[in-house]
Parts: sequence; structure tokens; C-alpha cells
Amino acid sequence: MPDLGLEVLLKGKNMIRLLGGLGAALRISLIAVILSIPLGILMGVLMTWKNPVTKALFRIYLEFIRIMPQMVLLFLVYFGTTRSFGWDLSGESASILVFTLWGTAEMGDLVRGALISIPRHQYESSEALGMSKVQTYRYIIIPQTLRRLIPLSINLITRMIKTTSLVLMIGVVEVLKVAQQIIEANRMSSPNAAFGIYLTVFILYFIACWPISLLARYLEKRWR
Amino acid sequence: MNWEFILKYLPLYQKAAWLTLRIGLAGVLLAVAVGLLCAAIQYYRVPVLRGVAAVYIELSRNTPLLVQLFFIYYGLPKVGIKTDAAACGIAGLAFLGGSYMAEAFRSGLEAVEPIQTESAVSLGLNRYQTMRYVVLPQAVSISVPAFVANVIFLLKETSVFSAISLMDLMFTAKDLIGLYYKTTESLFLLVVFYLIILLPVSVLGSLLERKVRYAGFGT
Repeated sequence: MPDLGLEVLLKGKNMIRLLGGLGAALRISLIAVILSIPLGILMGVLMTWKNPVTKALFRIYLEFIRIMPQMVLLFLVYFGTTRSFGWDLSGESASILVFTLWGTAEMGDLVRGALISIPRHQYESSEALGMSKVQTYRYIIIPQTLRRLIPLSINLITRMIKTTSLVLMIGVVEVLKVAQQIIEANRMSSPNAAFGIYLTVFILYFIACWPISLLARYLEKRWR
Repeated sequence: MNWEFILKYLPLYQKAAWLTLRIGLAGVLLAVAVGLLCAAIQYYRVPVLRGVAAVYIELSRNTPLLVQLFFIYYGLPKVGIKTDAAACGIAGLAFLGGSYMAEAFRSGLEAVEPIQTESAVSLGLNRYQTMRYVVLPQAVSISVPAFVANVIFLLKETSVFSAISLMDLMFTAKDLIGLYYKTTESLFLLVVFYLIILLPVSVLGSLLERKVRYAGFGT
């Protein structure tokens, strides 16, 4: 039975290197998530304004980010900014920038959706009960908004983690790149390692995303 | 912006766009088939197969397409399953999209309340008629928005195919940037072609959504 990659995986520091690659991918998504949550909340609140100019601007931003594949956005930022603005972005900063732009747009839309889903009578009833503006938001609006928002934003996080696999294409060394390197280095001794190594990467991504998906689903059911 | 360059390489992008569209369409169609199958299995609670479908859906939804493609394209040949890049692309898209489609269809079917089927039965409709005239029309109406979103999502996901050396739009753009250093023009064409592919789908999708929004009472 030829080695399908298990031996290669256990050889030397290969498994640690693979995990390190996953860490690099997760770090990019984590930073992007931390940046996009406050920015997205701000954008979502601003999107509920009735001002037609801001409304149109945010709409165009959202639609453009949504309709373009993330791969295209990565290329635009990574190759485009160097040419047009002379920025010398590393692959990693370019990906953080893209994921933040994308995350802000998606998060903004989620926040907007959650805010406008609160019926008017909630505001009116709390006013009728003599609550101040701050109290209305603190006790009535924000708790309800969060309940709708949190499961959806957790889902957004798993989407972001999955999308980090693309940063390979702009030269960031992440888990797929490390996998390629390991397979190349062992090409002679175990030519069939690609099967096991890529299967491992597949499982690693699954282990990273599945618990988060389960949490999102659990919260969605509980808070319905 | 060098328009001469753009005109010269327009046909190259056109070819790449066709490839993206063909593979994307084939992948979406297969994904719909897989999705229908899984949704039916889950709806009718077919034993054993139900578990298989659930495992498949979790695996496919929680891993990126690029990793799935690498496994199919570089990993599977090592155990004797060889296919060409285009077939891999279609298979990958169907594997990823199948679960998303299944979830869309299943949520549509589940949203039709039991009282609807019970009423149908008490009116003397048989199982087939209940499905055909009561459940399906409402389920379709409810699934359409998620379905449209999935189609757009899958077409966007085709952008990773360049990683398995399919000459798609991304591949062409990267090639031209590398060969001639015409970054602005190549990226401009890339964005334009993706807009040409995706905008009509998005517009048609929202028209379709408006057209089938009839399920449920008073909403």
C-alpha cells in the first residue's frame, strides 16, 4: 500500500507547519472580523438615515462589494493599488483590507436589516410608557436587534474563514500553500501524499468552521 | 488606460467568460439536482440516506470551495480517480452548491405549515395532489430568494477555478498582468466581464422573486 500522505504528515514538523498555516488564515479573518463589526454597525446605522445621498452611496458600495467575487476584490486591491496609488501592500495587508471592506458591507446590511425589522410600535409603546430616548434604545430596541443580529453575524464569520482560503492566490502563505510545499518537498519519497495532505486541510477547515456554524444555528433556534 | 490593449485582448476575455459561464451553469444545474435530492430525502425522512445527506451538507457547507477543488483535482488522482480540470470544476461546484440548494429547498418545504397538508387531506386530495397543488407552489415561492442568492454565490465562486489551471477570467487577468504589466487595463476588463455575467443574473433574480411572492396569508 503506497503512502497516501499520513506518513508525510507525521514526519518532522509537517503537522505543526500545517496548523501554523491554518493559524495564518484564521488570523487574517479574525483581524478582519474585529475591524468589520464596529465599522459594520456604524454603516448599518448610517444606512437607516433618510438622506438620499448617503443612502445611494452606501447602496452602491454594498452592491459593488456584493456582486464582485472576493477573488476579484483581492486582485483589485493587491495589484490595483500598487499601480494606481503606488502602495506596496503585502499579500496579508491586502487581504485584511479586502475582508474588512467586504465584512463591513455585509455586516452593515445585517445591522440595517435588524434595525428596520423592529416595528414602529415598539418605539411608540416605550414612549407611551414614558421612557427616554436612551432607555428606549437600552431596554427595548438594542436587545431585540442583537437577538436577530448575533446568529447572522456568527454565520458571516464562518463565511469569512472559508474565504481566507483565497489569499493563497495573492501569495500569502496559508494552509493550502504550506500543504503544497509539504507535497513538493516529499514528491520523491511519497508521490501520493497529495491525497492525504489535502484531505487533512479539508478536515482542518471543517474543524475550524463547524463549531461556529453549530453555535449560530443553536442561537438562531433559541432566540427565535 | 490603453484602449488599444483593451480591444486587442477583448476576445481573450470573451473566451474566458464563456468558459466561466459554461462551467458555472453546468455546476449550478448539478447543484440544483443534488439539492433537490437531499431536500427530498430529508423531507420524507428516508432512513440511512437521511444521515448521509446530513453529513454531506455539514461537510460541504463548512469547507471552502478552493480546498474542495484541490482535493478533487490534486488529491483524488492519487487514488486512481482522474478527471480533467473542467469536470473537476463542475464537480466541485455541484458538491459545494448541492448543500446550499438543499438548505434553500428544505426551508421552503418546512415553511409550509402542517395545517395546509391536513386541510388538503381532509378535502380528499391524495398524496401526489397535495404535493403538486398545495405544498410545492408555496415551497417554491418561499425558496426562491435563497435560490437566487445561491445561484449568484455559485457563479461568484467560479472565480477560484484558475487555481486548478482553468483559463477563466481570473486566470486571463493574472496572465496579462504578468506578461505585459498592464494592470489597470486587465483589472478593468476583469471587473467589466464579471459585471456583464452577474448583473443580469441579479436583476433577473429580483424580478423572479417579485413574481413568485404569493405564499402565505396576508403577507
